[in-house]
Amino acid sequence: MITFEGVTKRYRDGTVAVDDLSLEVPTGAITVFVGPSGCGKTTSLRMINRMIDATSGRIALDGQDVREIDPPTLRRGIGYVIQQAGLFPHRKIVDNVATVPYLLGWSRKKARARAMELLELVGLDASLASRYPFQLSGGQQQRVGVARALAADPPVLLMDEPFSAVDPIVRASLQDELLRLQSELRKTIVFVTHDIDEAVKLGDTVAVMRVGGRLAQMAGPATLLTEPADDFVREFLGRDRGIRRLSFISAKEVRLSPAPSALVIDEDGRPLGWRTGDGLAAYGTFNPETDSLRVALDAALLSPNGIAVAVDEAGRVRGVAGRDAIDELLAEHAPPAAGPFRDAGSPRAAGSPPAGSPPGGSGAGISEGVPT
Amino acid sequence: MSEEPLIRWDWIARNWANGSPTAISVLLENHVVTAFLPVLLGLIVAVPLGLACVRWRWLYQPTAALMNVTYSLPSLVLFSIFLSITGLTRSTVVIPLTFFALAILIPAVVDGLASVPDSVRQSAVAMGFRPARRLLLVELPVAVPVVLAGLRVATVSSISLVSVGALIGQGGLGNLFIDGWQRQFYTPIVVGIVLIVVLAVLADGLLVLAQRLLTPWSRARRTT
Ligand SMILES: Nc1ncnc2c1ncn2[C@@H]1O[C@H](COP(=O)(O)OP(=O)(O)O)[C@@H](O)[C@H]1O
Ligand SMILES: [Mg+2]
Repeated sequence: MITFEGVTKRYRDGTVAVDDLSLEVPTGAITVFVGPSGCGKTTSLRMINRMIDATSGRIALDGQDVREIDPPTLRRGIGYVIQQAGLFPHRKIVDNVATVPYLLGWSRKKARARAMELLELVGLDASLASRYPFQLSGGQQQRVGVARALAADPPVLLMDEPFSAVDPIVRASLQDELLRLQSELRKTIVFVTHDIDEAVKLGDTVAVMRVGGRLAQMAGPATLLTEPADDFVREFLGRDRGIRRLSFISAKEVRLSPAPSALVIDEDGRPLGWRTGDGLAAYGTFNPETDSLRVALDAALLSPNGIAVAVDEAGRVRGVAGRDAIDELLAEHAPPAAGPFRDAGSPRAAGSPPAGSPPGGSGAGISEGVPT
Repeated sequence: MSEEPLIRWDWIARNWANGSPTAISVLLENHVVTAFLPVLLGLIVAVPLGLACVRWRWLYQPTAALMNVTYSLPSLVLFSIFLSITGLTRSTVVIPLTFFALAILIPAVVDGLASVPDSVRQSAVAMGFRPARRLLLVELPVAVPVVLAGLRVATVSSISLVSVGALIGQGGLGNLFIDGWQRQFYTPIVVGIVLIVVLAVLADGLLVLAQRLLTPWSRARRTT
């Protein structure tokens, strides 16, 4: 666990990049710091591995103040990934990945063997090992960056906008890859981004920061979408919060009905389309075991009759769900009486002052909700 | 005199290695040594000095200014200054040429270190390199292409500048020019020019080769 206790960073020129930040980063989960550019995300991240030292306050790693640890030693135990990958241009990929093992004094053979394992883990072909960074695409370089950060198996991983510089398709696949890796590795990850969609997709917990390095709200992504603490968070989350929230509700509990005869099915049980007067019409499918309610709703909207087709892993029809079935589940997961006056009581950031603290404090969600 | 051909091959054959201190081969050897010594000395001084300029930023301005002044002085002026100290020796040529080399190499080292991408430096810090190791294993190697480019310029200009030393009899192949002008005899002049050009091209070629071998990772290699 990483603990920030009243951490403030004031740069020499007087800029307060982080102001009295208190929060807890739980072990084995992804915590995302998100906020507009210049709000102090990078500064917060770098105070963890002491690339920047806090002006006041305390940051502890499993209870130990990071300032008690010699910086290079501390850093070798913390993986770090940045936007431009920052690979060493003069070293082959395999040696780039083996950087920290070399620093830790592993033998060349052992370090390289470990590097090869990691290249495979992040989905890179072994033939890339003997190339130089300039011979790789941006997405590949970013994967190498992740492999390098993981090489010495550090319990903590810091990632500063690691996927911001690649195109959207590559970004999406890198995000999926990270989630897959994390489900195996269970690292304590602090992930910095300015992209709220990325934050909501990746974070087990999302800390929304506002300019001046203040915590606006810290919550799970679903809670964040349903109950933004204040106007700033609401605006930052953008439109479609209601729909996006459905991504966090499993479609497992959707009540399925037997497929009606209008659904044409092939001999393997896979759907072919809805029978209409002049042939087959489009259909949408979802897998209740793995998909979210958002996918189920989308599938319903794709069919002319508003009925989503539930399929199993192999794509065989298991039943159908009409909009009524989806609505039932939506009602069950309706946000708890959301509204401006609820916000005061919504879960708030760790360490934020209780309601009634002086105006201008970093209190999450109290600005508009406190009755006067 | 109008009969004098541009080149007399028999003169070259007789004077290539005749045991005299003014034989062409001896002058060639002198030229090589007098040209390379300053570059070598310059490199040895420029690396630590360049590092110091990067470490203590305020040092760079005065150092660069001093080097530029040196560079803008006619080489003859420098030679005559050192003539009064070191006399008619090779040092009188080598020392000023070392300053010329420094004027090119110090900025090359500084620029080379500045060419290390910030993301590379930052990630080296984040991986847990200590400063000395980071410099030695990351920053200096990444600076090599820029330093080598400076080294090429310094080497070629040093090879051509040595000739000026002929005025005090330490000009290597440059001595051939004086000999030729004095006697209105073209052959030594042509021989001197050709050998100096060949030397420069050869040295530059060797450095390009070194660059390819030392920095197979350099992107620039694809475009040059
Ligand atoms: N070295 C520095 N000196 C002075 N101000 C800085 C320095 N680094 C960052 N800042 C300022 O601190 C604030 C937070 O920066 P940063 O942590 O990089 O934000 P983010 O990563 O959220 O974009 C910004 O206003 C930035 O200009
Ligand atoms: Mg940043």
